[in-house]
Amino acid sequence: MQRKFWIGCMIVALVFGLALNMGCAKKAVKSGPEETATPSEGTEGIPAEEQPAAVDEAAAALEAERAAFLSENVLFAFDSAVLDETAQGVLRRKAEWLQKGQDAVVIEGHCDERGSNEYNLALGDRRANAAKKFLVDLGIDAARLETVSYGEEKPLDPGHDEAAWAQNRRAQFVLK
Amino acid sequence: MLFSYNGKRRMNPLKPFLRWKTIAAVLVIGMAAAAAFIFTGAKTAGSQRSILGFETSSAYAAGKIDAEITVSPFARKLAVAVPSFVAATQDAGAQDSATNGTQLMRSILDFTGFFDILNPRAFIDNLSSGVTEDRINFRNWKGIGAEYMVTGSVENQGGILYVELRFMDAINGKLVVGKRYKSQPDQIRRVVRKFASEILWALYQTRGCFDTRIAFVSTSSGNKEIYVCDFDGYNPVAITRGSKIAVSPSWSHNGQHIAYTSYRQGGAHIYIQGAQKAGGVMGTVVKFQGTNITPAWHPAQFVLAACMSFSGDPEIYSLTGDGKIIKRLTNNWGIDVSPSWSPDGSQVAFVSNRSGGPQVYILTVATGQVSRLTYRGRYNTAPAWSPKGGTIAYSGLEAGEFNIYIVSASGGEPLQLTRDAGNNESPTWSPDGMLLAYMTDREGPDRVYVMTALGSDERRLLSMPGEQSEPDWSPNLGDF
Repeated sequence: MQRKFWIGCMIVALVFGLALNMGCAKKAVKSGPEETATPSEGTEGIPAEEQPAAVDEAAAALEAERAAFLSENVLFAFDSAVLDETAQGVLRRKAEWLQKGQDAVVIEGHCDERGSNEYNLALGDRRANAAKKFLVDLGIDAARLETVSYGEEKPLDPGHDEAAWAQNRRAQFVLK
Repeated sequence: MLFSYNGKRRMNPLKPFLRWKTIAAVLVIGMAAAAAFIFTGAKTAGSQRSILGFETSSAYAAGKIDAEITVSPFARKLAVAVPSFVAATQDAGAQDSATNGTQLMRSILDFTGFFDILNPRAFIDNLSSGVTEDRINFRNWKGIGAEYMVTGSVENQGGILYVELRFMDAINGKLVVGKRYKSQPDQIRRVVRKFASEILWALYQTRGCFDTRIAFVSTSSGNKEIYVCDFDGYNPVAITRGSKIAVSPSWSHNGQHIAYTSYRQGGAHIYIQGAQKAGGVMGTVVKFQGTNITPAWHPAQFVLAACMSFSGDPEIYSLTGDGKIIKRLTNNWGIDVSPSWSPDGSQVAFVSNRSGGPQVYILTVATGQVSRLTYRGRYNTAPAWSPKGGTIAYSGLEAGEFNIYIVSASGGEPLQLTRDAGNNESPTWSPDGMLLAYMTDREGPDRVYVMTALGSDERRLLSMPGEQSEPDWSPNLGDF
């Protein structure tokens, strides 16, 4: 009985250890590019390290572009689905990124909290479709662009002032 | 966290429903057993005469009230005394039911907005001589300002309650209507509701809304789900779970089905399910490409109008109850959303931004002809056509706040019902057209409130965790 207990303990310890290891390994990969971007004194001057650093830099740049694509929202005026100059600029950058790959994306249409929930669902639909149409006109395959309206149901900023509302009136891009 | 659906907690929201289901079953059986009968032939005739006498002699000779803005029983409330119901047997069952029944009768009559319930502390008579019209000293009730009174007695015979309720004209000292009910001890609420319906029938030839329920959206579980409660806010129960987001509930004309929008499968789709079923069996799912939202049932058929955007922009269609398109109703680039049928099903009020901002329009189904209804203000949405005629309620934005307005379906100046109390949106009519439920953020979080069709007697419908919004009032269900 006691032996079984100890074996059990060891298995638990092993699993824990593995899990910890994996956690560490993941972290190392994630923080890799940052470390090579600003190399510490100890690693400086070791030529063998340079080549992987360049690859990492390219990967980091791609990752940054991807992050920008996902975080930069197309913003709208109150009760409007019209794409102003700024919004069109954002969408052109999105088109550039989309042209580099084959990712399929979901364009979410969102509204601020003011007004009827129902009307805002329809308005969110118009916003998502306005963004989609602009991208299709720039040559992006419509089949890669799905739209969904969330109306005022998923605010980015939970505040109740114009600053929050301005962030919430948006078309937001999500990778499918 | 406490109300979120995840992991093992998933089963928890069902538990209250299962219990509720059991209670419902017991109630149904109880109802079958509960027999209500008018006292005797002679008394029936007498009460009928007194009703007629009342009608002709009353200041309310207009009597029959519809939802017209100008004629209203709210204009002057009837003063009603509801002295404590008498327990005819000295047992806890009868005494508790008498006490509860008295409170319920007072609150239910108050809920209608028709009555001024007299403060019991003003009473100078405790009905010690009896509860029947031949034993009541009406001068003691007229003297404190009562125009009408309700008396009750509860007798326990071997676990079965016999409840006698009387509605009397205190001015003329006459019985208006009296009933004797046989009831299970836990069903006093149903007895009181049935008799309140008799009172409204005697006075206004309307059955009231005591057999109705209200569907609404609540975030009690952590996300938006559809709930249903009794007309007075009792017995709230979730009818959906795992919806991610569920909004826009709508009752079918016979109260059998509820349609709503849910993101259960990712996009905005319309779900049609049995009004009594929670969580489990689903009916049709309307999931055309794009957005499928704002279902609204036809007033007499298994047909609904809804907004769908598969053509490229949100348009309104009529659909069969099993999700097949009958007809495209709107044809205009831009937003067309939030349909609400006229009581005869020939027209649909809806919201469109065809003139810039959202305004309410009326469409004639047969011809497709559209006319604009609202002109005041730049943002008018959420039309609700009164089930009893020519009035449309909606929410409009003026001076930075949303308020409930009503306007004749034939146009004209709107009447503002709410004011100086936060935002008030999403109105829905009781089936008799006497009351409106709506959502308001006057307390901070969104709550469902009820008021009369003239905007008086605003009060919160129910208290529960999270926020409540988008109420939809059922038709008369015939089940108290």
